[in-house]
Amino acid sequence: MEKHNSDDKVFFGFWVYLMTDLLMFAVLFATFAVLRNNTFGGITIREIFDPPAVLTETLILLTSSFVMGLAIVSLNYKKKFFTIFFLILTFILGLMFLEMEFSEFIHIIEQGYSWQTSAFLSSFFTLVGTHGLHIAVGLIWMGILVAQLLRRGFTTGNLRKVRLLSMFWHFLDIVWIFIFTIVYLMSGI
Amino acid sequence: MTDFIFGKLTLSALPHEWFTIAGTISMIAGGISVAIFLTYFRRWKWLWQEWFTSVDPKKIGIMYAIVALLMFFRGGLDAVMIWIQQALSSGASQGYLSADHFQQIFTAHGVIMVFFVTMGFLFALLNYIVPLQIGARDLAFPFLNTLGFWLYVAGAILINLFFLVGGEFAATGWLAIAPLSGLEFSPGVGVDYWLMSLQISGLGTLLGGINFLVTILKMRAPGMTLSRMPLFVWTSLCSMVLVVCVFPLLTATTALLFLDRYLGMHFFTTGFGGNAMMYINLIWMWGHPEVYILILPAFGVYSEVVTTFSQKRLAGYTSMVFATIGITLLALLVWLHHFFTMGAGANVNAFFGMMTMVIAIPTGVQVFNWLTTMYKGRIRITTPMLWFFGFISTFTLGGAAGVLLASPPANFQLHNSLFLVAHFHTMVIGGALFGIFAGITYWFPKVTGIKLNEQLGKYSFWCWIIGFLVSFVPLYILGFMGATRRLDHYDASTGWQPLFIVSALGAFIIAAGVAMQILQIIVSIIQKKQNLDKTGDPWDGRTLEWSTSSPPPFYNFAIIPEVTSRDAFWEKKSSSSKAPKDNHYEDIILPKNTAMGIYISALVFLLGFAVIWHIIWLAVLGLGGALVCFIIRAFDEETEYILPAKEVAKIEAGRNK
Repeated sequence: MEKHNSDDKVFFGFWVYLMTDLLMFAVLFATFAVLRNNTFGGITIREIFDPPAVLTETLILLTSSFVMGLAIVSLNYKKKFFTIFFLILTFILGLMFLEMEFSEFIHIIEQGYSWQTSAFLSSFFTLVGTHGLHIAVGLIWMGILVAQLLRRGFTTGNLRKVRLLSMFWHFLDIVWIFIFTIVYLMSGI
Repeated sequence: MTDFIFGKLTLSALPHEWFTIAGTISMIAGGISVAIFLTYFRRWKWLWQEWFTSVDPKKIGIMYAIVALLMFFRGGLDAVMIWIQQALSSGASQGYLSADHFQQIFTAHGVIMVFFVTMGFLFALLNYIVPLQIGARDLAFPFLNTLGFWLYVAGAILINLFFLVGGEFAATGWLAIAPLSGLEFSPGVGVDYWLMSLQISGLGTLLGGINFLVTILKMRAPGMTLSRMPLFVWTSLCSMVLVVCVFPLLTATTALLFLDRYLGMHFFTTGFGGNAMMYINLIWMWGHPEVYILILPAFGVYSEVVTTFSQKRLAGYTSMVFATIGITLLALLVWLHHFFTMGAGANVNAFFGMMTMVIAIPTGVQVFNWLTTMYKGRIRITTPMLWFFGFISTFTLGGAAGVLLASPPANFQLHNSLFLVAHFHTMVIGGALFGIFAGITYWFPKVTGIKLNEQLGKYSFWCWIIGFLVSFVPLYILGFMGATRRLDHYDASTGWQPLFIVSALGAFIIAAGVAMQILQIIVSIIQKKQNLDKTGDPWDGRTLEWSTSSPPPFYNFAIIPEVTSRDAFWEKKSSSSKAPKDNHYEDIILPKNTAMGIYISALVFLLGFAVIWHIIWLAVLGLGGALVCFIIRAFDEETEYILPAKEVAKIEAGRNK
């Protein structure tokens, strides 16, 4: 008797989805690379880049990824409390990351610039913002998943969804490493 | 307040040109008559329960085909309007269309034929045939399949919605090249309709791509190794790999254009450092592989048709597979040949020119393999075979024209000329569309249990091929004479008019071919008794789909077949020392029907509509609703049911009577 929606198929399908998402990011990276010097008299990446802040942001996201890993370890040991605890911790770290990113955006806008100022800022806001949007989606997912875990416990579906979420979260981490490198370090120093 | 409720939507946006009004009236009349029909025969519930909420890929495939067929008539009508305008509007005569409407019509023709006709038919064939050929009962993600289908429908409705609520079609050409498609030069809602429709249907295609990729790689019957897969499965797999590789690019590119238009960003604008050439690069990085997405499954259909009707194994199976993979890879490396004239420099042009020419090699391998398959075969000249002959001859012509265009110096002369238009129509009609027709005729008995009338099929083929040559050969000549594409008017001194008139006459011959096809289906259904296929194997087929009954039961196979070689069914038929049929049935797990696909697509449709007309509350409602529905579905753990073995045995016994 074949087992439908077996984890194998779902994980493979999710991998393929992640690759498509990565290609979407590839387009955004490419547009950023083409447009990064087209500042049109507006603010440049050098003026935006605040190394300590972005480094902190990066470390927070990396830590959140590590904590997510701990959640999966707890899951493997069937420790419901720890799984939920680490998921909530990841959630808090993700929220902190998002807050820092948001304040960076606000800081640019407070100086009188926006995504309408120049092609560079359009591509900057779009690339970094799309990553932020993904993080936000991940946080919503995490929130619902925690609620589901509390309500129904470790059902097959919930177990699978925690694993998928962790793949998604690590994926966003990798994308951020590229953003940190290409957008901030390579262009901003 | 009205602004808040209706956004930019006003009564003055309603259609007021005679042909849009005609479109509106025919849409409303069609809708009302279907509604009356369904009410009279009390079929609403049946339609909803058996079809709309179904997750059976066979039913979804049929629904894809019906929507694609409707769109085909719509896109075909556009084509006829273009032909008539160009035949009339020379010298003093301005034709019967204004320049603006002519632009809208050729844009509509391209968009609809590519996104909603060819893609629709493609997914129709894939949905129906791929699970049967790999010996599976279902797709990997049945829910994503219904969702993908309904997103495609939502996109198709959205692109035609201006008939009902007003606005206009984009007048930018089918790819909406920036900066023309930016807010500065296209302030109307036409491009917004285009954007939202493509975002939505493109998402559906992407879901389909992931779904079929996983299905083919993970759900094949035991024993069906990759090297035993039928060629149609191989080409579908490669086509889906391309979908997965390039549809994200389409989504991202249209999203960037969206941001330009809605948030005032400057990706592709002429000022503020925007770079319009980037749009052309990005859109063709999707656009060229898209052509191969359309044609690869057609190649698969031809392989099936040729082997079946030559009653021989496919010659050079391995080389065929590698040629398909080669085309898949090369497809990603040629996009720049669409704009050699942009000025990327001689070296860049040379690279892309050579890559383009190299594609002729794997394609040539395939053509020779098909011809070799026929060599010394016992060929039966049936309608699918005729479509194949039509394909081989026109495709070779179009391919030669393509190699000519691939040479940058020649391309500088022929860029955006009617020669190019003739070239890609030869590829898309002679390649993809003939393949779809061959596939439909070939698998029609499998789908309905009725064989199509051969005589009318042959008439239709001859109308098509003659009409095709009469209408497109003049375009090749006109291209050499300097006629550019998308002309709504040309000077009498050019001397082009006679050729344009001949070309338009060809369109009417094609129209006669389409009429024959409709007649063919009607006649075949009326003469049901003569055409009934009771064996499930009307063509003496070779692959697994012919081993089940016509039409197949909803679970496809009562017992999942064991595959031991290529052409699995053929081997089974020819090996006489077969043990008596083992009728031990097992429980079958099947997905439950769900309406969530429709609900989510309807809400996404509202979102698209609201965004086009800047109705913020409706956009929030649509987006929020779609997300909530998706989350509800994602956490629904009871999506499957068990069909007990007893039930299977009962159904099988009933079918074998």
